[in-house]
Amino acid sequence: MSQLLEIKGLTAGIEGKTLLHGIDLTVGAGETHVLMGPNGAGKSTLGSVIMGSPEYAVSGGSILFKGEDITDESADKRAKRGIFLSFQDPVEIAGVSLSEFLRNALEQLTGKHTKLWDHKKKLKQCMEILGMDSAYADRDLNVGFSGGEKKKAEILQLLVLEPQLAILDETDSGLDVDAVKTVSAGIEEYKRRTGGSLIVITHNTRILDALKVDKTHILAAGKTVAEGGAELAGDVIEHGFERYINGGK
Amino acid sequence: MSEEKTKVADIDRSLYDFRYEEDERDFLGSGITADIIGALSDEKGDTDWMREFRLRSLEIYRRMPMVNWGPSIEGLDVDNIVTYIRTKSRMNSDWNDVPADIKDTFEKLGIPQAERESLAGVGAQYDSELVYHNVRKEVAESGVVYTDLESAMHDERYAELIRSHFMKLVPPTDHKFAALHGAVWSGGSFVYVPAGVKTEIPLQSYFRLNARGAGQFEHTLIILEENSSLHFIEGCSAPKYYEAGLHAGCVELYVGRNASLRYSTIENWSKNMYNLNTKRALVEEGGKIEWVSGSFGSHVSYLYPMSILNGRGARAEFTGITFAGEGQELDTGAKIVHNAPDTSSYINTKSISKDGGISTFRSAVTVNEKAVGSKSSVSCESLMLDSISRSDTIPVMDIRTDKADVGHEAKIGRISDDTVFYLMSRGLSEEDAKAMIVRGFADNVSKELPLEYAVEMNNLIGLEMKGSIG
Ligand SMILES: Nc1ncnc2c1ncn2[C@@H]1O[C@H](COP(=O)(O)OP(=O)(O)OP(=O)(O)O)[C@@H](O)[C@H]1O
Ligand SMILES: [Mg+2]
Repeated sequence: MSQLLEIKGLTAGIEGKTLLHGIDLTVGAGETHVLMGPNGAGKSTLGSVIMGSPEYAVSGGSILFKGEDITDESADKRAKRGIFLSFQDPVEIAGVSLSEFLRNALEQLTGKHTKLWDHKKKLKQCMEILGMDSAYADRDLNVGFSGGEKKKAEILQLLVLEPQLAILDETDSGLDVDAVKTVSAGIEEYKRRTGGSLIVITHNTRILDALKVDKTHILAAGKTVAEGGAELAGDVIEHGFERYINGGK
Repeated sequence: MSEEKTKVADIDRSLYDFRYEEDERDFLGSGITADIIGALSDEKGDTDWMREFRLRSLEIYRRMPMVNWGPSIEGLDVDNIVTYIRTKSRMNSDWNDVPADIKDTFEKLGIPQAERESLAGVGAQYDSELVYHNVRKEVAESGVVYTDLESAMHDERYAELIRSHFMKLVPPTDHKFAALHGAVWSGGSFVYVPAGVKTEIPLQSYFRLNARGAGQFEHTLIILEENSSLHFIEGCSAPKYYEAGLHAGCVELYVGRNASLRYSTIENWSKNMYNLNTKRALVEEGGKIEWVSGSFGSHVSYLYPMSILNGRGARAEFTGITFAGEGQELDTGAKIVHNAPDTSSYINTKSISKDGGISTFRSAVTVNEKAVGSKSSVSCESLMLDSISRSDTIPVMDIRTDKADVGHEAKIGRISDDTVFYLMSRGLSEEDAKAMIVRGFADNVSKELPLEYAVEMNNLIGLEMKGSIG
């Protein structure tokens, strides 16, 4: 089976500082990968670089999506190919409603006009899955949303936009116990509907309970230090990162 | 790459910047002399008082110093600006009678559409004369007068009313361009709303300039009697041409006791225009003036609508947006004078600057001794789209009573890279992402506009944002 995402020897950073040192990562269609690592390891950086953030410059290696080199592509082009990033810190945009924003994004991604009525119906249905009050659709995007509400709004976007690869950057952090469950249900629903692939960045396995994890990657100081199956994630939660980081010594 | 960009920008601008060849014979000649003013009076059939008023204004104009405290107007050669151009047509009340080229111009601007979409009437000024004018029957039947100011002046029913109000709020001595206006004014609207009449549908007029080097000096006079209400919309869009263009219009609004007037404008001048417009409202006891103002285009603008709150409990609200792009210096704001107890004012403005554009916001709030218990709140937000653009805020407050509640807030920001990346990660191009952020920023203004105007403003923002990606 051809791979959905293939990252080879990816080195990236900001001016004068390399943050990712030769990362290899391959995600097949429909797979779920977990990315863990201590604070500051470079997980969010990797997610942003895959999405095409202009904040980071790639100085080595390549990113292929469905066999095509997207290393130098802008974020909007990658989004159109089917890549999605759920942000660790979603931004607030005043004066643009969640509904209007999503309709605009959907039209950009599909290149097709979306009827307002159909859009509202779909949005409402997706909001129900996430237990979101439908009034939020008309509120300014993320403005005044609580931390947990912002995360839910990210998963709402995932459900509406239906990408082929979704990177979820700590979508579970800041969520209460029940909210983790609803968000997991939302992610499950996304997988069920689209058969899409996931890269889940997390410090917590609870969000993974409902998902079948194919592979776990441990990142530290911008390098992959360990890889394994679903069990590796559980192991990390139990014993911490110490043994992987100092494993070589 | 950059060549392609320029092309795109030119094509887009052509949507709004278009003009037709004017008939050279229609020019009255350049420069402003007593003879020119006399000829203008002859042409208009001015009454004696107007004849004198024009000449007196010309005297004042000559005596007064050039405006020198704001953006430079050195490039403006007033004497060389043709002050008056006749269009080939006279008044029309039927769309079918409007000459084809004029009609085409309006069609491009969407006027007949707006007309169809249940606006009460259109009084559109082509060059200096009103060529199309039509007020819906029901509005006329309620006693509301909506006509062009020139013919109203010759109508004995309104002559005295106009004489006692014309340039009483903005006298020719106010500043040099008010004096110029008094001398050469031409065209514009007259609206009279009788006591107790609440006008449900907005009245609309659409102005634009055509002839090269033409000045436009239209005068809007609106009088609302006690307990009446009105929404008046004025839209402007000018074609692009090569000589310096000047707009020195004047708007005088009289809001009677407990009356309520909303005055909305979207101005979109071509990028070589000097827009030196004077707008003023006088509000009596319990009355209310609401300004909604969008300033786009022009090379230089000076625009500070003033509200004089003259009776107890009178209120003023000003919501405005200014967009300054390359080569533009837009100096805008609002002035409020609290002259009576318990008056209140609320100013909320947004300004956007881009590609080296300069946008300056000035507010002047005066609270006089008598205005005890008055409230004023001024808030101004600026958004700079790049590091070469500028945005300044100059708030002036003159508070002469300690029994007033006055607040001021200013915020200056930039579009954050994080926000642009966020939107791009959802499939929006960089340009669309920025345009969406700017539209969001302008949202509180577009919300105040009737739908079709909000759409036009959003389109204008889209046009202004085009080609901004380096
Ligand atoms: N724009 C930047 N400028 C300077 N340093 C940066 C920048 N972006 C990331 N870094 C640094 O790179 C390192 C990796 O950051 P990153 O956000 O990827 O960590 P993370 O693994 O996501 O951590 P966490 O678990 O806390 O979210 C950190 O040391 C961070 O300070
Ligand atoms: Mg992170």
